[in-house]
Amino acid sequence: MELAQKILVPLLAMLIFLGLWEGVVWINDWPDYKMASPSDLPPAFVKYHALFLSGGWETLWRTVAGLVLAVIFGTGLGMVMGFSRIARAGLYPLLVGFNAIPKATLVPVIALVFIGQYDFNTVLMAFLISFFPIAVSVGIGLSTLEPEYRDILAALGASKFTIFRKIALPKTLPEFFGALKVSVTLAFIGTNLVEIVSPHGKGLGALFLSGQTNSDYPLMFAVLIALAALGIVLYYAVVALERIFAGWAERSPG
Amino acid sequence: MSKFIDIKGVRHAYRTKHGPLPVLDGLDIEVPEGTFCAVVGPSGCGKSTLTRLISGLMKPDTGAVVLAGEEVASPRKTVGMAFQNPVMLEWRTILQNVMLPLEIVAPRMPRAEAEARAAHLLDMVGLKGFEGKKPSELSGGMRQRASLCRALVHRPQVLIMDEPFGALDNFTREDLWQTMRDLRAAEPFTCVLITHDLRESVFLGDQVVVLSGRPARTQYVLDVDLPADRRIDILYEPKAGEMLHLLRDQIRIAQGRTGEMH
Repeated sequence: MELAQKILVPLLAMLIFLGLWEGVVWINDWPDYKMASPSDLPPAFVKYHALFLSGGWETLWRTVAGLVLAVIFGTGLGMVMGFSRIARAGLYPLLVGFNAIPKATLVPVIALVFIGQYDFNTVLMAFLISFFPIAVSVGIGLSTLEPEYRDILAALGASKFTIFRKIALPKTLPEFFGALKVSVTLAFIGTNLVEIVSPHGKGLGALFLSGQTNSDYPLMFAVLIALAALGIVLYYAVVALERIFAGWAERSPG
Repeated sequence: MSKFIDIKGVRHAYRTKHGPLPVLDGLDIEVPEGTFCAVVGPSGCGKSTLTRLISGLMKPDTGAVVLAGEEVASPRKTVGMAFQNPVMLEWRTILQNVMLPLEIVAPRMPRAEAEARAAHLLDMVGLKGFEGKKPSELSGGMRQRASLCRALVHRPQVLIMDEPFGALDNFTREDLWQTMRDLRAAEPFTCVLITHDLRESVFLGDQVVVLSGRPARTQYVLDVDLPADRRIDILYEPKAGEMLHLLRDQIRIAQGRTGEMH
């Protein structure tokens, strides 16, 4: 019953969505250059399956690499901001300002600075766009740690590092994973941003562009669906990690 | 050792935007080994500062806190602490929460031994069978019991408690007083309890120290001349009644409202 709820309900929702989509296209009798219908997609997937696989892999690994960097850097930055009031006062406006810059405007800048290094540029963008939520959540998690939590170990003469490892770090994990769920999607957007704005023939973004230049509209829609599927996979990978490392934060129902 | 904890002429002020704010000004408390000292006083009179001074989390501006003949300069492993908020770590089971201080104080203790020690304490406070539960599955009173076990698991010489029963309902609180009494009977330790509850101070204390309003000094010390093995009923007997009256009057003086309430 529970399994049915977890798998069948989302599956059914997806089928209803596809059915509605197909219906709207069919009722309006739209040609595929206006709006492709779900039934146009399987042929596109079959025809270009090799490109989907290689492009999907390129998009995936560069997203994950950027995200890993964001986790390392974001956690480090969050720790600095969480433990030092001065660092927090100094870094916060810089961070907020940087986060406010639309990242699409950074793509040509990065492409100029690191000219020709496409993999590096793409990973860099995935990283730049996704570290902010992690840094902020870790910083807030650590700076709002109630003094009593610190004192149960501090009163025994435990070192700062021990207090961090045994109390602050595990206590911040639920916030960290909340931020990671936002970041994983952002990193994915960052990768595709570079693939589309700074074309270099790699990733699902390149496949999308080739659909555009060849007026292969079903291919463009097929890429969108593939991107959505990949996004869902990445998101649930984070959810699985959260279950393992911060499952305790979930209250049992009732 | 007649004065196990000796607080001598302690003064302390917090630095604020508007200059120094004195919280303690001439505090003298002596606690003999193995006895229970309850500290009462008006709200905001610096009682919590006192717990941080005894535990070594803070140093006084002047004066000294001496513990077992040594001046307290930094936190030490022979102290246990319990707060009003039981601060249970939600990612650990109740048993693992209780074992936490042992990981700091005795990192080489075999796990089985640590578990046995923690389980024994949980059994003593009536939490047998709850070892594997998450803290959120327990009631507030049960969490506070577990927090007492955690404060005592490493056999501290001194237990410092900052209003540990303050957030509990009256009946639960009386239950915990008796648990506290039984724990001390089983393994004697010296105890300092900060409280707002005069009945609690008389039921548990061997002496009750009344602090004046801020900046706090020792205003009055009451020797609680009641048998060690007390029952709750004792609070309804004339002798305890007299003590409660006396303490109530002292609190009125501490609040600066002499006579006004009569």
